[in-house]
Amino acid sequence: MSDDDLDLSSLDDAELVEQMHEDLYDGMADEIIEGTQILLERGWGPQRVLNEALVEGMRIVGVDFRDGILFVPEVLLSANAMKGGMALLRPLLAETGVKQVGKVVIGTVKGDIHDIGKNLVAMMLEGAGFEVVDIGINIDVQAYLAALEEHQPDILGMSALLTTTMPYMKVVIDELTARGLRDRYIVLVGGAPLNEEFGAAIGADAYCRDAAVAAETAQTLIRARRDLATAV
Amino acid sequence: MTSPLRSEPGRTGRVLVLACGALARELSIVSAQSGLDHLDLQYLPAGLHNTPRLIPAAVEERLVAARDQYDEIFVGYGDCGTGGLLDTVLERHGVQRLPGSHCYEFFTGSAAFAELHDAEPTTFYLTDFLVRQFDRLVWRGLGLDRWPQLLGDYFGNYTRLVYLSQFPTPRLLAEAEQAADQLGLRFEHLPVGTGDVEPVLLQLGRQPLQAVPT
Repeated sequence: MSDDDLDLSSLDDAELVEQMHEDLYDGMADEIIEGTQILLERGWGPQRVLNEALVEGMRIVGVDFRDGILFVPEVLLSANAMKGGMALLRPLLAETGVKQVGKVVIGTVKGDIHDIGKNLVAMMLEGAGFEVVDIGINIDVQAYLAALEEHQPDILGMSALLTTTMPYMKVVIDELTARGLRDRYIVLVGGAPLNEEFGAAIGADAYCRDAAVAAETAQTLIRARRDLATAV
Repeated sequence: MTSPLRSEPGRTGRVLVLACGALARELSIVSAQSGLDHLDLQYLPAGLHNTPRLIPAAVEERLVAARDQYDEIFVGYGDCGTGGLLDTVLERHGVQRLPGSHCYEFFTGSAAFAELHDAEPTTFYLTDFLVRQFDRLVWRGLGLDRWPQLLGDYFGNYTRLVYLSQFPTPRLLAEAEQAADQLGLRFEHLPVGTGDVEPVLLQLGRQPLQAVPT
């Protein structure tokens, strides 16, 4: 949608943000980096650039993916474009010392090496203001427990793409329960073959059907938990 | 597994195998070689594998359309990424499917496939069908023809490609090796033949349906 010779710096703020949404949609990483730099040079705070230009742009991508208008390759291109902008913003966000919404440990379960969905979720969570500790793929229960112990997150996220590996999520949740640790964490699960019934059956707090939903759900549940803690 | 869909015994004498298009060639060959004239073979598009959530509804539509014409219907799919939703449909209609998670497990047997996967979970599998359709279903299906820069996103965690061959030819072998090369994976060839295809087909139309050892 963006013309090759379009001068992004000639656009006013609102037009530029709209153009960045379109460039994110089209997976144009160079334009996203340039747009991010321009907004920062105009005095926008990194949080505002993140929220209004990048996260909102990815939200639109997520909606069209959910509706079957966009497919995995297009979403990956968009995500890779967003990563370019995030790379500029991340150190600036750290400098501002803004308190994170919460901390998440996320990984793909044992026997499963698929991480496209997990990576998208991690990126959207980071965009939503979470500190994300991505512990990778093929994660067994001991590795999950070690990461939870080390990082003390609010949320544990588990992902699986295979019907054969998704039951391993229950192994992890059962182990947390057996050790009396289950209530310490909000447990979110996701992956193509999962559904809400499965999430409920294994004792997760929520099943998240896509990355945007995961970010919304994480925010909602962490807010509810904190409200509850305040009320007690 | 649930009982297969059956109406009054001997009503039509016909059995329908409703299968994934990825199994079409092997099912047709074995059925013809074994003289299984009472079987009708119908296939759904193999491309549904790229959108597994559409498989249960597509199968159900065919089941509903065909159920009055057959004594028995058997579904030639594994779970195939439907997360149990295909089984929900099949239970509703009292129809059996292939054991296992993937329809291509049919060629190795579920236990052997699990062993293979556990030995190296970072394995990508091709069958004869997938070798023939590699360009359409994998390379172009994932958009790698247009955006080769996404190769790492898709296959960065994989280490090897195993060709589970049915009727390998020098040409198929070369194409499989080429596919591995394109994806940047180590190549291995495992000739598994048609595996459980014949024992499963031979049982259809006979009471009771036995579990096929895997």
